[in-house]
Amino acid sequence: MAETTTRAFMLGEGSGTGSGQNLQVGVGPAHPAMHGIIRINAELDGEVIRKADVEIGYLHRAFEKDCEVGGYNNAIPYTDRLNYVSPLINNFAYASAVEKLLGIDVTERCKFIRTAMSEISRVCDHLTCVGASAMELGAFTVFLYMIKAREFLWELIEDVTGARLTISYGRVGGVKADLPEGFAPKVAEAFKQTREVLDEVHRLLTGNRIFMDRMVGVGRLSREETLGYAITGPLLRAVGVGYDVRRAHPHWAYDRVEFEVPTQKDGDNYARYLVRMAEMEQSMRIAEQALAQMPGGAINVDFEGRPIDPAAYVDQGKQGKTEGLLLMPIRLSPNLQGQNRPEWEAVNTRDKRVILPPKETAYGSIEGLMNHFMLIMEGYGIRPPQGEAYFASEGANGELGFYVVSDGSDRPYRVRCRPPCLPPVAALHRMIEGEMIGDLVPTFGSVNMIGGELDR
Amino acid sequence: MRGDEILQRLRDRFAGAIVETHDHRGDHTAVVDRAGLVDVLRWCRDEPELRFDVLMDLTAVDYLKYPGREDGPRFEVVYHLFSVGHNHRLRIKVRVDEDDAQVPTAVDLWPIANWLEREVWDMFGVRFAGHPDPRRLLMYEEFVGHALRKDYPINRRQPLIGPKQ
Repeated sequence: MAETTTRAFMLGEGSGTGSGQNLQVGVGPAHPAMHGIIRINAELDGEVIRKADVEIGYLHRAFEKDCEVGGYNNAIPYTDRLNYVSPLINNFAYASAVEKLLGIDVTERCKFIRTAMSEISRVCDHLTCVGASAMELGAFTVFLYMIKAREFLWELIEDVTGARLTISYGRVGGVKADLPEGFAPKVAEAFKQTREVLDEVHRLLTGNRIFMDRMVGVGRLSREETLGYAITGPLLRAVGVGYDVRRAHPHWAYDRVEFEVPTQKDGDNYARYLVRMAEMEQSMRIAEQALAQMPGGAINVDFEGRPIDPAAYVDQGKQGKTEGLLLMPIRLSPNLQGQNRPEWEAVNTRDKRVILPPKETAYGSIEGLMNHFMLIMEGYGIRPPQGEAYFASEGANGELGFYVVSDGSDRPYRVRCRPPCLPPVAALHRMIEGEMIGDLVPTFGSVNMIGGELDR
Repeated sequence: MRGDEILQRLRDRFAGAIVETHDHRGDHTAVVDRAGLVDVLRWCRDEPELRFDVLMDLTAVDYLKYPGREDGPRFEVVYHLFSVGHNHRLRIKVRVDEDDAQVPTAVDLWPIANWLEREVWDMFGVRFAGHPDPRRLLMYEEFVGHALRKDYPINRRQPLIGPKQ
C-alpha cells in the first residue's frame, strides 16, 4: 500500500487524475465571500480550479420591466437599487438618457452638482470595494478604516439627498433639490479625513507582504480578453487601456475639470487595487473643482439681487412694506429645503414639459397648478417624441449605459441598463480557472460584483 | 471617424444588407438585414478604420405594441458597438419576426456576446443560431415564457416553490 496516492486514499480505490474524478464544489449563492448572491460551480482538482461555471440571477427584480409601467420619473427609485453603493451615478445617468431622448439640456449648476455628487459616490464605491476585499484577506482594520471614511461621505450624501442609500435625488431635467448651505466646507472637511484614511491604508496594504502575496499575479486577464469581454472601468484601466467615459465622451461638467485617468499594466488584482486607490484621489479632485466652479453663488437674493435673510422680509411685510413681495424668496416649509423657487430654477431646466413647477408656483398661480397637473395626470407627464437614445456615463465599475426607447407616450417603451459589472462576471471563469480556490476570494473581490446591477 | 462617415462606408460596402440608417439624437444607427448581419459585424470589428473592438451592449426590443409597428417585424436585436482606439460608436439593429425569432450568434466575434445573447433569449425568446451554451441567464430553467415580451403580464408570478398562481 506504499504506492497509494493521497487522492486514492481520500477518494477510494481507482481514483485517477482524469477530469471525471475531480471534485465538484458549489460556492454560493449564500456564501460570505460571494457579495450579494451568485453561485460558482467549480470543478476542483486538489485545490486548483479546473473549470468554473458562474450562475447569476438570484437578485433579479425585473428592473427593466418595472420601468415600462410607470412614468419616466417613476423609474428613478428603481435606478437607486441598481448599484446600491453609488446610486447617485445611476440616477443621473438614467435622467441624462431621457434628457438626450427629449433633446433638452440641463442648467449649468445642475451639471456641476451632478459631477460633484457622482464623484463623491464613486469614492464611496471604491472604498467599499477595496475595504471589503482587504477584509476577506484578513485585513479587517482596513475595512473598518474605509467604512469609517465612507461614513463621512455618506453624511454628505445624506445632507444633500435626505437619505443614505436609496437617495432618489436625480430628476429628468434636473435634481430634486439644490445643495444645502455650507456644503463645500463640509466636503472639504470630509475629504481631508478621507485622505488621511487613504494614506493609512496605503501604509497598511501597498507593499504589505501578505497582501501582495495574495494579489500580485492573481486573477490576471489579458488586454485582448478584457476588451473582448467588453470590460470597462477599473478592470480595463488595470490592463493599460486608458478608456474612461468621463474623458472619452465628456458629459455634465467633466470637460471643465482637470483629472488624470490612472492606469496600470499587469491586469491582476493588485493592479486593480492600485487603480481604484488612485481613482479615489482623482474623484476627490474632480468634486473639489466642481464645487469651486459651481455657478450661481448666493441663491437667496431679493428682487434687486441683494442677498437677504427671509426673516427680515417677513418683518418688512408686517410693516406694510410689500414692494416686490411676489419676488420674495419665502420659505414655505423647512421640509422643502433646497426646493424653493430660486433654488429650483437654478438646478432645474426651464422646460415645462419635463420639470414640475416649484411648490410656490403650483400653489400660488393657476399656470403653475395646470403645469403641475399636466405632468402628474395619467396619460400626460413627460412625453418624449418617438425614438431611441443611448447615454453612457462612467459608473464606479465601468461604463454605465442606459438605452431608452420612447413610443411618444408618457411611459418608457423600453429601458435597458447596461450593467457595468456584468462583463467582468461573465469573464470571471477566465480569471479563476487554473488558480487555487483560495484565490477565488481576492479575484471576486476585485471584480466588485454588485448584485443589484448585475441581476437588475 | 464621424458617425455619418461610418454609415456612408457601411452603405457603400454592404449596399444590399443595409435596410435603413438614421442618426436620431446623434446616435448613428444602421438597420441590417439578418442574412448579412455577421458579415457586417465582422467587418465593423476588423476594418482598420472602424475597429469596433468592444461590443458594449446587446439587447432587444419587442415592438408588439409600438404605435405604427404592430404588424411589422416584432423584435429588434440591438448591438451597441464601441471602438476604444477611435473612440466612436455605432448602433446596429436587426429585425426579426416572431415566427422565426432567430439571429446568428456573435460569440465568435466578441466573447461577451455569450452572456448577453443568453439574456436576450431569456427575456425575449429570440434564439441565437450557433450559440454554444443556449441556457437562460437570469431566470431559472423551469420558467415559462419570456418576461420582457410585451404580452407577458407584469403581475404574473411563477414561484419555484410554494403555491402556484
